[in-house]
Order: sequence, then C-alpha cells, then structure tokens
Amino acid sequence: MSGITAITMPKFGLSMTEGKIVGWSKREGDEVNVGDDLVDIETTKITNAFESPVKGVLRRHIAKRDEDLPVGALIAVVADAKTADAEIDEFVARFQAEFSVDQDNSGAPAAPEPKTIETNGQRIRYLDLGSGEGAPVVFIHGFGGDLNNWLFTQPAIAAHHRTLAIDLPGHGGSSKDAPATIAELAAAVSNTLAELSVARAHLVGHSLGAAIALQMGLTNPAQVASLTLIAPAGLSETIDGDFIAGMVEADRRKTLEPVLQKLFVNKSLVSRDMIEEFIKFKRLDGAKAALSAIAAANFRDAKQSVIFLPRLGELPMPVQIIAGAKDEILAPPDVAYLPTKIAFHSLEASGHMPHMERAAEVNALIEDFVDRSA
Amino acid sequence: MSKKSYRQAINEAIASEMRRDPRVILMGEDVAGGAGTPGDQDAWGGVLGVTKGLVTEFGRERVLDTPLSESAYVGAAAGAAATGLRPIAELMFVDFMGVCFDQIFNQAAKFRYMFGGKAETPLVIRTMYGAGFRAASQHSQCLYPIFTHIPGLKVVLPSSAYDAKGLLIQAIRDNDPVIFFENKVQYDDIEDVPDEPYTIPFGEANLTREGDDVTIVAFGRMVKIANEAADRLEKQGISCTVVDPRTTSPLDTDTILECVEQTGRLVIVDEASPRCNMATDISALVAQEAFGALKAPIKMVSPPHTPVPFAPNLEDIYIPNADRIEKAVKAAMNYRVRETV
Amino acid sequence: MQLSRGDLLSAYRTMRTIRAFEERLHLEFASGEIPGFVHLYAGEEASAVGICMHLTEVDKLASTHRGHGHCIAKGVDVLPMMSEIYGRKDGVCGGKGGSMHIAEISKGMLGANGIVGGGPPLICGAALTAKILGNRGVAVAFYGDGGSNQGTTLESLNLAKIWNLPILFVCEDNGYAEATAASYAVGGSQVKRAEGFGIPGVVVDGNDFFAIYDAAREAIEHARNGGGPSLLHLKLGRYYGHFEGDATTYRAPGEVDRLRAEHDCLKRFRNRVTEASLLEAHELDAIDGEVEKLIDDAVVHAKAAPLPTEADLLADVYVSY
Repeated sequence: MSGITAITMPKFGLSMTEGKIVGWSKREGDEVNVGDDLVDIETTKITNAFESPVKGVLRRHIAKRDEDLPVGALIAVVADAKTADAEIDEFVARFQAEFSVDQDNSGAPAAPEPKTIETNGQRIRYLDLGSGEGAPVVFIHGFGGDLNNWLFTQPAIAAHHRTLAIDLPGHGGSSKDAPATIAELAAAVSNTLAELSVARAHLVGHSLGAAIALQMGLTNPAQVASLTLIAPAGLSETIDGDFIAGMVEADRRKTLEPVLQKLFVNKSLVSRDMIEEFIKFKRLDGAKAALSAIAAANFRDAKQSVIFLPRLGELPMPVQIIAGAKDEILAPPDVAYLPTKIAFHSLEASGHMPHMERAAEVNALIEDFVDRSA
Repeated sequence: MSKKSYRQAINEAIASEMRRDPRVILMGEDVAGGAGTPGDQDAWGGVLGVTKGLVTEFGRERVLDTPLSESAYVGAAAGAAATGLRPIAELMFVDFMGVCFDQIFNQAAKFRYMFGGKAETPLVIRTMYGAGFRAASQHSQCLYPIFTHIPGLKVVLPSSAYDAKGLLIQAIRDNDPVIFFENKVQYDDIEDVPDEPYTIPFGEANLTREGDDVTIVAFGRMVKIANEAADRLEKQGISCTVVDPRTTSPLDTDTILECVEQTGRLVIVDEASPRCNMATDISALVAQEAFGALKAPIKMVSPPHTPVPFAPNLEDIYIPNADRIEKAVKAAMNYRVRETV
Repeated sequence: MQLSRGDLLSAYRTMRTIRAFEERLHLEFASGEIPGFVHLYAGEEASAVGICMHLTEVDKLASTHRGHGHCIAKGVDVLPMMSEIYGRKDGVCGGKGGSMHIAEISKGMLGANGIVGGGPPLICGAALTAKILGNRGVAVAFYGDGGSNQGTTLESLNLAKIWNLPILFVCEDNGYAEATAASYAVGGSQVKRAEGFGIPGVVVDGNDFFAIYDAAREAIEHARNGGGPSLLHLKLGRYYGHFEGDATTYRAPGEVDRLRAEHDCLKRFRNRVTEASLLEAHELDAIDGEVEKLIDDAVVHAKAAPLPTEADLLADVYVSY
C-alpha cells in the first residue's frame, strides 16, 4: 500500500446517492484505528457513524461539516505520520481529477429492486442480493420493521454471500392481512424460503425476527445452518409496552418520533425520512391492523407470550446473540442462563438496533460467524 | 413501491377503490370517451388520459360518460351520494364549476347540516386547476379559495404523486363532499408511489423540509416551487421550513402556527388570485394567533389580480416562481424594525 | 281505478292532513311565531298524494320550496315537521332546515329545496343509485312551472333520457312563478319539451286525484320496469301567496275563491267517492275531526318544544372534520 487511503462517501443501503457530513469524530492529526468512528454521515434515511477502514493518522478533512457529497466522493485522507504533505496534496488532486471524470453513472446498472412472491395466498416481498457458495444468509426484521432495516448489513454481507431480506407478513411490501403468532410467522418465512428453493439458510433475526428465527430453528432445524439473534425477543418475560403501543397507535411525526427514538442510544439517528417512511407504512391499508394483531398475539400487556429461553439447549445449529447494552425495548438476556455454547456479544454504544447503530461491528460478527458455521 | 406519475397515482386510486367498493362510480365528460361512437370505447380516458382504462375494467355501468351538462351530472352525483352510492364526478376544468355552483354549494355542501345531521354525501368532485398550460383565462384558474369558503365542503390539493393517491383514496372513503384539485401541469411528475392502497388523513400538513429562519406555506404545485427556492436559499445560508397543508379545508392551522412560532417569519405562496385567497387567510390567522412570534411582516407571493393571460411570456410572469419566493424570503430575513428615537 | 276502501280512506286522510297543516300554518304565521319563509301547498294536495301513493320507502322524491305536502305524502310524521317549521330541536331536521329545507332522507324525501330547479339533478342521482343497486326504486322530481325554466331541469330531462333512468318528472304548474304568470314565462309546452328529449309526457288535471293517481301509476310502473323517464304536467292552483305575507296583488279578484269553490281537489274527491257510494260522508267527517286534532296537537307540541342549543349551531356540518 502506498500508505495513503482515500476515505470516501460510503453508500448506506441501496438507494443512497449522496450524504451529508454531520460532524467529524476525529480531528486532523488524530491517530485512528480500524473501526474507530471517523465521521457522522446523514442520509435521507438515517445518520450513521462511519468507521475507519484502516489504521493511521487522519491527515486531511476534505469534506466540510454540513457539506452534501455524492457517494464515492473523497471526504478525508488517512495516511501514516511519515507521509509528506506534498504527497497527500498530490493524492487529493489526482483523486479529485479522476472522480469528477467518473461522475457519469448513467451506464451503471440499476440498483437491485425488491421482488415479491406469493405463498399460501400471501404476498411476500424480499430483496435478493449477492451470490456465493453455501447456504444464503436470510435477514428477518423486527416488529414494525421491514427489509430496509438491513440497509447497512445486507449489502456488506452480500459481498461474499447470497443474502435474502424478507418483509414479514403484515410489514413493508408484504400482504397486510397477515397471521400474527410467532409460530405462524415462522411458518410463513419457512414457506417463503421453500418457495425460493432455499433448503438451508443462515438466519439473522432482529427482535421479533429473532424469535421467529428461533422458532424456525426449533421446528425445522434442518433448514437452519446458524442463528444470529440480534436484540432477540423470546428470551425474557417483559418488553417495553409503551414502545409496542406507540408503534401500533402513533401515526403523526410528533407522536412517532419519541417512539422510534426508543430504538437508539443516539436519539439524533431518528431522521425526518425515517419517521416519514414509517408513517407511509402505517398509512397502507391493513398495516395498523396487522401490527395491532401481532402486538396482541405476542406482546400483550408488556409481556412476551413465547419464551424460548428454556429450549435454547435443544438447538443443534451454532447460535450467537448480539445485544445492545442500552436496549430500552428488550432487556438483554442474562448470560448466566444461556447455554455456554451460545456466543454472546453485548455492544456498548447501542440500543435496540445494533445493526444500525454499530453496523460495522455487527457486520463483522455476522460475516465471521456465518463463515465459521458453513 | 414503484415510480409512478401523478396521473397514474390518481388512476390507481380510483381503480383500487372501485375494486374495493361496488358503490364507487365515476362520471364525467369523456371519462371514458367514445360512448355512442363507432370507434374506440375508451377513446380518451379523460381529456388528459387520467381515467384511461377504467371503463375497460369496470364497464359503462360504473364509468359513465356524461353529456356536456355539468349542472345535471354534478347534481346527479350529489343525489346519488345522498342515496347510497359513492360517486366520483370529474369536472374537467375548475373554471367550468360556475355552471354548477348551486349543486355544490347549496345542495351537496348543505345536506348534512340543513337535514339535521341525517344525510351523508360521500361525493368526490375531481377537477383540474392551475396556470402553466397556455390555456388562458377560462382554463387556468385555481379557485380553491372559493370552495374553501363553503362550510360542508372539504378541499384537497395534492402536491405530489404520492399525496395524490393517498389523498384521493381518503377522499373516496370520506363521508363528506370533497373537491379534489389536480394540477394539470403536474400529471407527468414521477415519484415513488406504493402499489398498495393507502390513505393520507385530511387536515394534516406535510413539512417537506424543516429549517430555522423562515416558514414557507405553499399550496399544490407551489410546494414544489417553494422547495426549489428553499434549495437555493439553503446554499446562501437561509434555512426554510416548507409547509404543504395538503387540504385547505380542513386546514392544519396548528402546524402552520407552530412553524411560525419556531421561525418567526412567514412567506405564503398561493397561485390563486390575491384577493381573499389562502395567503390572505393564513396571514389573518397568523396575525391573530402568532403576532408575537413574528420578527418581520408576513410576505405573500401570489399572481397579480388579473385573469390568466394567454401569451406564454405573460403567463410565465403571472405564475409565482422560485425567484419571487426567494426574494420574499430574503425580504423577510432583511427586515429590521425602524428604530424610534 | 283500482283503489280499495282502505286506499281511498288513506288518500283522503293524507290530503286532508296536508290541507289542515297548511291552513293552520297560514293562521299561525300571521300570529308572528313562525320564523322565516313559508310557502304553502294548500290547493295542490291531489298531486302529492296521487303520486306518492305509488311510492314505497325505497323510492325517492325531491321537492320544491313548497314542500310540506310532498313530505306528508311521503310518510314523514306531522309532529316533527311542525316542530321543524317552528325551529325546534326535535324538528325533523333539528330546527336547522326549516320549512324550505324540510327533509327526511330515511323516508326517501330528499328535501324541500330553497333553490328553484335544484331538485331534478338530484333525482337523476337518486334514480342512478336505484339503477346501479338494482333495487327497482323509482325517483320523482317535483318542480313548478317556474322550475321548469331552469337549465338544471332541462339538463336533467336529457340526462334521464340518455341514461334511461327510472324517473317521474312532475311539473306542478300552479300558474305562477312567484308573481309572474306561467303564461308569460313558459315558452312552448311542458309535454312537448319532454317529447323533445324523447320522454313521454301527458297533461293531467291537477285537481283530480283520480286522474293523477292513474297517470302516475302508469308512469311509475313504466319506470320501475326499466322503461325510463316520463313527465306529468299537472295544472292546479295554490290557495295562498307565493310565500306567507305575499299580498297576491297579481292575482285576479275572486280567483282563489273560484278555485276553492269549483276546483278544490278535496271537495271533488269527497263528491266522487260519496256519489259512487265508495265511502260514507260520516267516515270522511270523522277523518276531518281526527286530522284537526292531530294538527292541534302538533302546534301545541311545537310551541312547547325546546329550542336547539348553541352546541347545535356547530354540529353536523361534516360527518367528520
């Protein structure tokens, strides 16, 4: 390596075309390690910390605070301390000259779009990304979510694997006249995978999606290569009742904002667009009724109706749990009660959405775990 | 979710509600076109093709071409609504409403109140409005303030394809008479519109952006132009909130007042003629309810008090544009109270 | 004529109720207790009753601002009607419609109408509903010689024809649109106007209950069976002014007296049924007494009934807002 690394505007999710520099976490001259937060970047959907891909010294901020830049634009330069300023100047000048030439994206292939299939009379929307040897990685979102919750995760894992993110029945672009219990939802996901000719998959489930993945692991162990459970439901008795009620009832920006903020440690991550997208989902015919039915079946009176904790030992496949230490919705499971073969990772600066708040760490944990479970 | 035009969004809203509820019917001049002719039985699908294909799916029984007879068929739509159907009447250009005001103002709008709450009139009247089509004085007016003035009517002005679908489905399911204004210049505007049916409630403003310095309230097509101005102003360090009330009746006064409280400055962009339009109405509201919050006089950006001219250069001057909005915002920003000695 | 004894008694009772209702209003209005405009139907009873006897609850009618008779003939209760005219909370429209907008949608009475020519387009809609729902319903548009000149009426004749709607147009021609004579204001003939649109029409003596009853039966059955619209042009006379308080200086001296003496629809009905021994005079007298009592009770009730409250002012503008 030349010793100089271009830090460019990342692409979070499929639809991101530009991002805004919210603020730098490292000053010019600071030493950085791999995984250190470098800069907060705001997209129309979410603000996310972008982590350094390399170790070195942050030599140059190219992008200014509040500046909007296209994906791929140079925002900073990391190099070792010995590199001369002139070399960095030259590197920047060359990058900028080439980048401006590369700006015509008209020939680039269109971003992959989600597709839908029919299974048991239900329409299920899914996003199929990437390819690779072995069982695909299947992402199952949580209560009130959709496949876009994996915008930082799915593209990263898709670099080496086939990945499928599914909208649960009642959610996203799937049918809204949906079944409600965890067992029924698990059956719907199983049917979907069968319909897509996926015989065996690594399941990555979040919250309610993790409980669904657990159910699938217990019911159809042959179908499940490994289980990654992120902030999982189904392992403890309680759940934040205000959050569940808020997800069902709130339908205006003002009432919804505090509900969505419960998901994150960093409340400022809840952007206008994130709220707007959720409101748009809630406006769809049947969406509110579907959430209401799922809440009633699984989370009535701030209690979880299905507890898998005593059955974790029965799971034959590798299982890891990733939890946010500051989760306000679901308390992380007590490690003392977990079978020792289950890997448990608690992420400090994260609430209920570690895959959005600590995306790089979660992605690394999934990638590594899937590779080892292959 | 897929990319759809404002036109497609409206077509899809009508089609989905006609599928959902057999009581929903559509009538209007050439909503299919071709009735009684030897030719195509879906010749036009509305003068600008908005209702194309509906007659093929739902038949002439439910997609009714009318004679050029607005009083009769708008009145018939009101009568049908009061007796159990959910009619959508298309009245091609809002300028033509003059010939059937009675059926709207005195009949449909009044039934519920003057019959002691015993009537429901789930009627939607769709109509095109706005300048920019080189259609001159009798095919270019806005006129929504006139309908907003009438108690008993609801008035809807979708500013985007997404809003058009959700607001129209809401209008069709609503149990009161709704006048639904479609901007003819916007029919080809394209954006993401969900395939599924959804509703946007009336009386809930949309903030298309939030800023600290100036609140811009804009209606219908002007929302897009206000955002264009706000984009430019942002580059100059002036941040704007843009409020799209979506419906002028009911009007989300709370959101407008909250935004004015936050920014202290207000610019209202209204394509309707300047006397007694939404801009004057909102000015009065803010002067009464949020006077103390104002750091500068309210600015109104509206056309001049003239009919809409034909000559393209004149029409372009007539329609409020981003330059005028930008200027109004800057005037509000630069305002200083004259110091008294 | 296929009227049973019961039908005849009922027809007489309804006509008599309308007459008594209107004559009492005439007196009460003069005492100053009734607010606003009141337009009385006295003298035209045979029209409302002769036509509405063929209608069921699924059928609709749209009335004029002279609408009390159509209301009573369509089965709206007299007590809440009287309360409405007095502007009382228990009025059929909660005291918010009054005489000119009196209505009872649940009975198919789509309202008296303060707008001349307002009703015919609405009735096209009501007929369209019946046609689309396939319930064999029929809709009747009453309008006067004045309303016959409105574009809405002519447009409605056309629309009814081209959509083959189950409608009966009834032109109640009392000879005056407000203070202007029909002979001055109406060009051509009502029947020929209808025929011009391809709609069959007939002139009927509007004081002859039986003639109206027969003509209406035929037209309504025709509509009910999918035959489309028809028109009845009824020539009749009103006994009072255009509105109460109208000095009627435009009318010939003795004109109303002559109408009452020679053409009164109730008298003619009574003579016909008693001469043919279909009903006995004492039976009709008994009905007269009962009707007087009913109207007395309605007036006493209305005068004592509570007024709408300030909260009612704001209620029922919208179903939801």
